[in-house]
Amino acid sequence: MKVSLTVNGARRTVDDAGESETLLQVLRDHLGLTGTKNACEQGECGSCTVYLDGTLVCSCLVLAGQADGAEVTTVEGLSAAGAAAVQEAFVEAGAVQCGFCTPGLVMAAHDLLAHNPDPGDDDIREALAGNLCRCTGYQKIVDAVHRAASPTTTP
Amino acid sequence: MVQTTFLQPASWPEALEARAANPDAVPVAGGTDVLVEVNFGRLHPSGLLDLGRVRELRTWGREKGRVRVGAGVTYSELITQLRGDLPALATAARTVGSPPIRNRGTLGGNLGTASPAGDCHPVLLACGAEVEVASSRVSRTVPADEFFVGPKRNALGADELISGVWIPRATGPQSFSKVGTRNAMVIAVCSLALALHPDSGRVGTGIGSAGPVPLRAREAEAFLEGHLAERGAWESKRPLEEAVVDRFAELVSQAAAPIDDVRGSLRYRRHALRVLARRSLGWCWNDYREAAR
Amino acid sequence: MTALDTVVAGGRVGERATRLDGYPKVTGQFAYASDLHRDGMLFGATLRSPVASARIRSLDLSGVAGSPGVAAVLVAADVPGKNRFGLNFDDQPVLADTVVRYQGEPVAVVAASSPARAWDAVGRIVLELEPLPGVFDMEEALADGAHRVQEVGNVLRHVHIERGDTRSAGADVWVEGYYETAMQDQAALGPEAGLAVPAEDGGVDLYVATQWLHADREQIAPCLDLPDEKVRLHLAGVGGAFGSREDIHMQIHACMLALRTGRPVKLSYGREESFHGHVHRHPARIWMRHGATRDGRLVAVEARLLFDGGAYASSSPAVLGNAATFAAGPYDVPHVRIDGTVVYTNNPPCGAMRGFGAPQVCFGHEAQMDKLARALGIDPVDLRLRNALEPGLSLPSGQVLTGSAPVREVIARCAALPMPDAEPLEGRGAFGYPGGTGNVTRGEGIKRGVGFAVGFKNIAYSEGFDDAGSARVTVRLEGDEPVAEIHTAAVEMGQGLYTLLAQIVRTELDIDRVVVRQADTAARNTGSTSASRQSMMSGGAVQMACAQVRAALFERARSQAGAGAGNHELSVGRGWVNAGGHPLARVADLLDEPVSREAVYHHRRTGTFDDKGQGDVHVCFAFAAERAVVDVDEDLGLVRVVQVAAAIDAGRVLNPLGMSGQVEGGTAQGLGLALMEEVQLSDGAIRNASFTDYLIPTIADMPPVVSAAVEDPEPGVPYGAKGVGESPTIVATAAIVAALRDATGRELNRAPVSPDELAGLRPPAATQGPPPCPDVPGQDPVPLYFQSGSGQQRLM
Repeated sequence: MKVSLTVNGARRTVDDAGESETLLQVLRDHLGLTGTKNACEQGECGSCTVYLDGTLVCSCLVLAGQADGAEVTTVEGLSAAGAAAVQEAFVEAGAVQCGFCTPGLVMAAHDLLAHNPDPGDDDIREALAGNLCRCTGYQKIVDAVHRAASPTTTP
Repeated sequence: MVQTTFLQPASWPEALEARAANPDAVPVAGGTDVLVEVNFGRLHPSGLLDLGRVRELRTWGREKGRVRVGAGVTYSELITQLRGDLPALATAARTVGSPPIRNRGTLGGNLGTASPAGDCHPVLLACGAEVEVASSRVSRTVPADEFFVGPKRNALGADELISGVWIPRATGPQSFSKVGTRNAMVIAVCSLALALHPDSGRVGTGIGSAGPVPLRAREAEAFLEGHLAERGAWESKRPLEEAVVDRFAELVSQAAAPIDDVRGSLRYRRHALRVLARRSLGWCWNDYREAAR
Repeated sequence: MTALDTVVAGGRVGERATRLDGYPKVTGQFAYASDLHRDGMLFGATLRSPVASARIRSLDLSGVAGSPGVAAVLVAADVPGKNRFGLNFDDQPVLADTVVRYQGEPVAVVAASSPARAWDAVGRIVLELEPLPGVFDMEEALADGAHRVQEVGNVLRHVHIERGDTRSAGADVWVEGYYETAMQDQAALGPEAGLAVPAEDGGVDLYVATQWLHADREQIAPCLDLPDEKVRLHLAGVGGAFGSREDIHMQIHACMLALRTGRPVKLSYGREESFHGHVHRHPARIWMRHGATRDGRLVAVEARLLFDGGAYASSSPAVLGNAATFAAGPYDVPHVRIDGTVVYTNNPPCGAMRGFGAPQVCFGHEAQMDKLARALGIDPVDLRLRNALEPGLSLPSGQVLTGSAPVREVIARCAALPMPDAEPLEGRGAFGYPGGTGNVTRGEGIKRGVGFAVGFKNIAYSEGFDDAGSARVTVRLEGDEPVAEIHTAAVEMGQGLYTLLAQIVRTELDIDRVVVRQADTAARNTGSTSASRQSMMSGGAVQMACAQVRAALFERARSQAGAGAGNHELSVGRGWVNAGGHPLARVADLLDEPVSREAVYHHRRTGTFDDKGQGDVHVCFAFAAERAVVDVDEDLGLVRVVQVAAAIDAGRVLNPLGMSGQVEGGTAQGLGLALMEEVQLSDGAIRNASFTDYLIPTIADMPPVVSAAVEDPEPGVPYGAKGVGESPTIVATAAIVAALRDATGRELNRAPVSPDELAGLRPPAATQGPPPCPDVPGQDPVPLYFQSGSGQQRLM
């Protein structure tokens, strides 16, 4: 099936998406945007998190056809959306190790900060609970969100 | 390879027509249940019926003492918009998955999947909700406690779709509690909803993930209703005796029909429900007493 | 520049250096193995056995013939070379030929034009199996008449360590315990993946996420019937590993398909397949008796260890060797008898996972120390301090600690770390209680507990293995600026090795711009990224190569300056070669030709066990202590870990940011095993092969980790630094479960602890007593006595 969508500001069309394929497959396999990761296929790990019409979603649980006509922002387009501070904070705080979960975490952190510019620890835990990280033990991810929230004060 | 048809009605009438014409197509709302099955190769649907474009499903409104929640209202919307009217439902919605899941998953989808572990179901049972379903011919409502007919099976006809849920607005304290083996992002090992209805003298319960379907603890409800009425406790608002709380908890536990599975044991589920029932009743009755002051 | 070549600036040894691959990773540019693409590539899929023990009666491929887009279907008979591989012994078929020995064992592979078509073709293969008896319990595996999983029998290795005589140890008090730990999954976020590209020379280039390129090649080439030089491995981005990528998974399959079809083939596992595609942490059963004098002197330890190796050997023999040598803990014990056995069963194969045999025994010996402390009426931390190992003392295996062994220091330091602030019982936020937003308690049933554990881990490979490190450092001009390039076969899997290697180069050569080239088998073998060894081994090689580069620059400077250099000692700094502190020659002016040096770093040689299990088998050790504070809802059996305090023996801290990241992440994996992680099996079949049912800790489960480094440099090791990747994991499980015991007063002898046990609904794990020790020819792995072909040993 044909699916047209705007990804990171650019109009893209996929002619041969499968009817039961997901937005994640459209992004990764059809459009070559591999920054969005596939790690569980069940919405349990958050590695595939993107914005769909401005809403944070797990792209592995969105059908390709459901995204037809939508605006999608992936980690590759996040800098243009003003997320450089979040991304930089993740690097500076040491919140990245293997990095496989990082694109999803960066998306979720960006969404949190858009709704809550100065989150407390529990706000961060609740907002990022759907993003599994196996490397860091999460403490530096909490640090990174605080750092991004107030980039002038380093934790 | 299985060829899948993708259907995307733009309106409710179109959706019902598509449903009638494609009874084998799997309705998809937020996709947070259906796609888990598709992605793991456990479901090879001949058709997928996307309800995401049906605007009618996305609305909610108050009508007399009830709230009509469209089937397409998401968990996130339940949390942010309906916390006041439906506090236990909002609490339950908050325990579903993670923000991206709650942004997509819907109340109607939860009912459509009809998993015994569905987080909203116990609340709907406790509140005495009615599920509104429709076909292209007719619309009807099904009481929540008649809606679940088996594990992942519901009362929906082959040509029907869920249009919304009618839920009485909270007139008294409510609670929802969910036990999981980690502190977030977990499918319920068991869950319990409790709603006190002081206006009608009713007590509502709902048990999740401890039986083939979400269950009401009818005997527990009747016992507590009887006790509260008999003692005039709704009016006197006096503390509940330990023995009453214990008996209620015991009856809740007995109402469950749990099994052993990868998430938990039969024995634990019965035990945990007893604990949750005791605590929930304590909190709700305390809230009821406090509210009167 | 390939995806993994990385350029960085800033950060020397000891400084807080941010990751050199950080920006590519946060922007989604970093290419992991599953992200690889080649035009015209095919996609592979694997048919796996649905059952754990069966004979293959027939394999009917006719249903696949003519399927659109299918380019190849390969079965055992299509394996070009030998149909066996393995890390320690080549006992595992590339594709099952006569029998299947575990659920998920690969039987056939398909390449097709899309993943969907490949999976569709897999579904059309008809595999007819004749059920065989199976062994699914490690004690049953030892029983007379048990089904033989492998021809050599079910005993894979037995290690016996004996020192003194525990019966005449003079103990006043004995405590006895039985402990179990579950099968744990590494659950790296990046599933197994790789891309094989056929080459014009008849060979193949494989881009893969692995932990050891050369060991992979060593196993792949004979199966493809190709010489090593025609099998070229290139490291693709690694999405975590933790031991799960030490073994072969899709490598040989992808190469076979690429060679057969003449096209690039990508094989990328999903999460469910990943659970079947790699080895797991061994489940263990542990019986222990500890004897002490009344004044708290530990005089005797008896231990019987039983590990479930699953269907194939993997690295089980080495895991058992570790477990046995560490079974008495980091304590001075004069009388010891330890018997460890690892068996074959029809369960999924087990092998390497962070800690490598040490977490299991630490769970046992630390519970025993607490029991002993209680029996003696001595403070548990005190008891540990009294019996702590120190330099000059020896392990049960007789190995004298010649290097750094700050056991007392880590214990004391950990005990002194600040406790969490007091919290009121009521009115906390959702995450202040067990159950989080599940809203199950508002303070009811909450009990606080504190637990303590000490443990240790060997660094680098043991038992005579010479796993040398190797690296090439090249300095050249780019424009007017000297640039240093590191080329190694060392795998960066997320832990921060490349950042560290760059720090070493900057420190040694005072060159800011450092490039780390993509690792491949064109570089010399530098051993595995495991066993906490790469900081020491590849780090050591880089340091040595830098010294040689420096010497070459000095030589050029001397010959350029002639007599001007005098007899001064030369140094490099700020872009100059300096003589006696005065500038002699600009480094840039010495680089008409690049300087390139390769160095090989060997750790000190180790020995093997004698027949009493005595031997100098390990290189050196890293110690750790952790203290856990927990809140338990004792009615519901749910847990909130409030805080973990960690004191880690680091030798010397090379990168504080990287180090604390290892401590926090390692602790999280130990927390997982303590509270929730278990691969659940039923007749060998995994019941929870998904992230919905196999739970790993979320951000809501991990407490703050307060950590401190103990710096006591290891002599003879680069910068005196010890790897810190494993020791936190080893102690975390033991410390957290100890805290749960403290809170509940329950025995809790099995990890993970279930809510049932915490709530008192399930009795402790029970035992009939230890099984008898099997009759084996000696301390070596049993297949060795049957002249089984060796795996990675050939490399060294």
